[in-house]
Amino acid sequence: MSTPPPLIGGPYLKQSPSVSHIMLVVMLALTPATLYGLFQFGWPAVNLFAVTIVSAMAAETMWLKMAGQPIKPALSDGSAFLTGWLLVLTLPPWAPWWIGALGAVIAIWLGKQVFGGLGQNLFNPAMVARVVLLISFPVQMTAFIAPHPLAGPATIDFMEGLAITFGYGAVHVDTLSSASVLGHLKTEIGRGTAWSEAFATTFNMRGFVFGAVPGSLGETSAPLLLLGGLLLWGARIITWHIPVAMLGSIAVLAALFNAIDPQIYPSALVHILSGATLLGAFFIATDLVTSPVSPLGKVVFGVGCGVLVYVIRTWAGYPEGVAFAVLIMNAATPLIDRYIKPRVYGRTRRGQPLAYEEASK
Amino acid sequence: MKLFRIRGGVHPEGRKRLSEDKPIEDLPLPELLHVPLQQHIGAPAVVIVKKGDLVKKGQVIATAQGHISAPVHAPSSGQIVGLGRYTAPHPSGLPGRTLTIRTDGKDEWTELPPPLDPHTASPEEIAKRVSDSGIVGMGGATFPSAVKLNLGARFDLHTLIINGAECEPYLTCDDRLMREHSADVIAGVRIMARALKVTRAIIAIEANKPDAIRRLRHATQNDDVVTVVEVPTRYPMGSEKHLTQTLLGKETPARGLTADIGVVVHNAATAFAVFEAVTLGKPLVSRIVTVSGEAITRPCNLRVPIGTPVVKLIEHAGDVKVEPERLLLGGPMMGQPLSDLKVPVIKGTNGVLALAGLEASAMAHRTSCIRCASCVDACPCGLVPLDMAAAIRKEEMEIATKSGLMDCVGCGSCAYVCPSNIPLVQYFNYAKGRITYLQRAEHKQKETKRLADLRTERMERLAQAKREAMAKRKAEQARKKAEKAAQEQPEKASA
Amino acid sequence: MISAILSLALLGLGLGVMLGFAAKYLKVEAGAMVQDIEQMLPGSQCGQCGYPGCSPAAEALAGGQAAITLCPPGGRALAQALADKLGVSADLSAMEEQAPQVAFVNEHLCIGCTKCFKRCPTDALVGANRQIHVVIKDACTGCGKCVDVCPTESVQLRDVPVSLETWHWPKPDELSLAS
Repeated sequence: MSTPPPLIGGPYLKQSPSVSHIMLVVMLALTPATLYGLFQFGWPAVNLFAVTIVSAMAAETMWLKMAGQPIKPALSDGSAFLTGWLLVLTLPPWAPWWIGALGAVIAIWLGKQVFGGLGQNLFNPAMVARVVLLISFPVQMTAFIAPHPLAGPATIDFMEGLAITFGYGAVHVDTLSSASVLGHLKTEIGRGTAWSEAFATTFNMRGFVFGAVPGSLGETSAPLLLLGGLLLWGARIITWHIPVAMLGSIAVLAALFNAIDPQIYPSALVHILSGATLLGAFFIATDLVTSPVSPLGKVVFGVGCGVLVYVIRTWAGYPEGVAFAVLIMNAATPLIDRYIKPRVYGRTRRGQPLAYEEASK
Repeated sequence: MKLFRIRGGVHPEGRKRLSEDKPIEDLPLPELLHVPLQQHIGAPAVVIVKKGDLVKKGQVIATAQGHISAPVHAPSSGQIVGLGRYTAPHPSGLPGRTLTIRTDGKDEWTELPPPLDPHTASPEEIAKRVSDSGIVGMGGATFPSAVKLNLGARFDLHTLIINGAECEPYLTCDDRLMREHSADVIAGVRIMARALKVTRAIIAIEANKPDAIRRLRHATQNDDVVTVVEVPTRYPMGSEKHLTQTLLGKETPARGLTADIGVVVHNAATAFAVFEAVTLGKPLVSRIVTVSGEAITRPCNLRVPIGTPVVKLIEHAGDVKVEPERLLLGGPMMGQPLSDLKVPVIKGTNGVLALAGLEASAMAHRTSCIRCASCVDACPCGLVPLDMAAAIRKEEMEIATKSGLMDCVGCGSCAYVCPSNIPLVQYFNYAKGRITYLQRAEHKQKETKRLADLRTERMERLAQAKREAMAKRKAEQARKKAEKAAQEQPEKASA
Repeated sequence: MISAILSLALLGLGLGVMLGFAAKYLKVEAGAMVQDIEQMLPGSQCGQCGYPGCSPAAEALAGGQAAITLCPPGGRALAQALADKLGVSADLSAMEEQAPQVAFVNEHLCIGCTKCFKRCPTDALVGANRQIHVVIKDACTGCGKCVDVCPTESVQLRDVPVSLETWHWPKPDELSLAS
């Protein structure tokens, strides 16, 4: 028998999931909502999707090359791919290609690599990129359109799709620029219209629930996002704490204010089903690297996100607050982790050894 | 019986099917037995024989040293052919003091002490017999059992728990022992209960050992002291703190003993050894060892004399059928890597494993921590392994200690679930060792200062003594000179 | 605009006054620092740092003239402690982890001249004139003074071998992304 291998400590059994496995499961969970979004918004959306993800991988490769680090292991763990994917889901589906490319570069370089790579970033990379784009290019980032499903009367063909994404030539399409659901509601409420009226005149409930409304690429279909979220939870990639805390706090606040003044404050259901709420609750706020590690800490984080989302949507300048809320709570994560830790076995919450009635004689 | 939940824990595949149906076989006596003097926690035993002596099986060859120690007995009859340094069954592969016996093949017992009556023997007599028989915790911890049996004097005890959980994958030695020697194990349990002066003893067995549960339940159906309880199959159910929590719902206070909450936990094989020592007078000279793993041709459970080189067990199990990726002593979760096949089996060796296949090679690729908190969810002690490992990486040992490093039982659940394959347990073991090293270095610094100060003082004293002697001489000289001058003066005067 | 200038000026003034007070009343006594540092050093006056003893070395450290990595017997642990004490950041990567060493007298070469034990700062060497000298391992700090003075080179410094009692698990290798 050969000499023993170099000294490595136990345990010598492993559970299977690896980092790439985790990324793959997340991608699997995102697929239904993504496919729906791509279908709903047609070829421009597909082009944007491709450009963003390719840019993310390219940005990662470039950085690693400049840093002199091995490329293949880092690329194959799938984190750059996933970051690009999450980013593009939060972009307007017909955004020009350079929005996607620039966003991907910002997400990878500024959002992740500058902190030290995988596992070291403080903020959610996709959200960093989205916020930077939103603030720098408000026009392009709020140019939503009504759905133009791939199979249907209003469909855009492939060549026109390329023209839209890459911004050349005259665009001869019967596009209908619209605001997203939340954007529309906010404007109308600002004008004094009751939200339910504004909602009813522009959208139908069925379309809203299933996602046939204007919005970002991946935000629209609530049932498919919920399905993805449940898949993530079932595969033990995420725990229930953050989604439940975040959705719960949004729902509670929405219901509370809706009860106070039903005209101005939309109902809890609308808040939950519109915008990036579900995407944020299941896929963005639960980002492993930037969320707290203890169960109670996760609940606090989720509640914080939910409260901030509601506050920003209702009283602040933007119609959608998930990106900002998540970034603010990401900044609070180290603080949460420092002060909220699980109780150690055999000790009280304060760290003192447990004391029973004296058992020794 | 109502059971309580423990936090965290993991569910590794048991893999006990390889050896759980193999009855205990006797390993043929090897030619040489290498018996280390340190097979237990505490001070090493002191040799009382010398090279060339003939010994009989069960004869004391080294006595206990101090309060926390255990004697060592000859595992078979033969001649002492060496006392020296021999590779210890330790991951470092470093040598330890070992007695080597060349067996004569006759396996003759020495004169054994008379059996004690388990119904009338006093607790002190039982504890003394256990101590004289060299019995230590056979689940792997090797703490001298007599010391644990004497805890009844210092603590208010109410329950004895017998650890039949055997939660490590592959190991089946306790399982077979409980199935094949049920009555003896129960007798041992009753003896221990008597020594501890408790009225209740619980034998806890994991649910993956239904036959053992059945047999022991059958044997204790009319027993007023001993009950058998089935506990959920969850690693680390065999950790005494967590087993106690499962059965009684109470957590052992940090840095304390289970005795602080009135409980003492002993391994099932220890109970069997106590039975043999008390009712038959036989000291601890052999134990059951599981030889298993995907690379072993014929996994089996062997009764092995202490001191048998591990290579003999593997040969008896048909040797390896493929090149093993890992050779271990103990289980795959908390076991130690086998440094050399010639190391001996000692009182705490419960398994020899030769692992092969995907699982073992999953160790290779390590990536960075993604803060997924799987380790936090898995830790049965409520710690945050990722924080501790990050602090240890930066050599910040105080931060690691404050985060709970000393409360870690080393079960390995965290490293088992880590998707990045970070060697968390090795970080913690390194840190614990490093902290001890730094404490020793600090102590040495203080001692050095003390010695240097003493020397300076000594030099001062010498110098002072010299100065005084000089001063004295000078004074003497001056006096003599004055005397001489005084003498000359009167002469002059008288001249 | 006046209010802006005024408020900033007042702020600057106030903070300056606070700093002045801090510099005066919260000052760390240099003398106490030197003593504390001297306590931390081994005290064997071996001279390997280049200073004639631990006291001058402590003064130099407190004055910031000496590097914190100056003491070989203290090793990394001492350098780290000094860095913490003096509030400087330490780059200890270049510092070799010196294995503990003890002196060893080769009995075949020793002539019993007594030069070594007279110089040992911890009295770890015992011997007398024309008697073979021997080292008390526990007291030896490996400072090397005896080695320097021995006329027959019979005293040598040897690494203390690791034993079962002193061994511990090595630190896991730093992660290498290349699989």
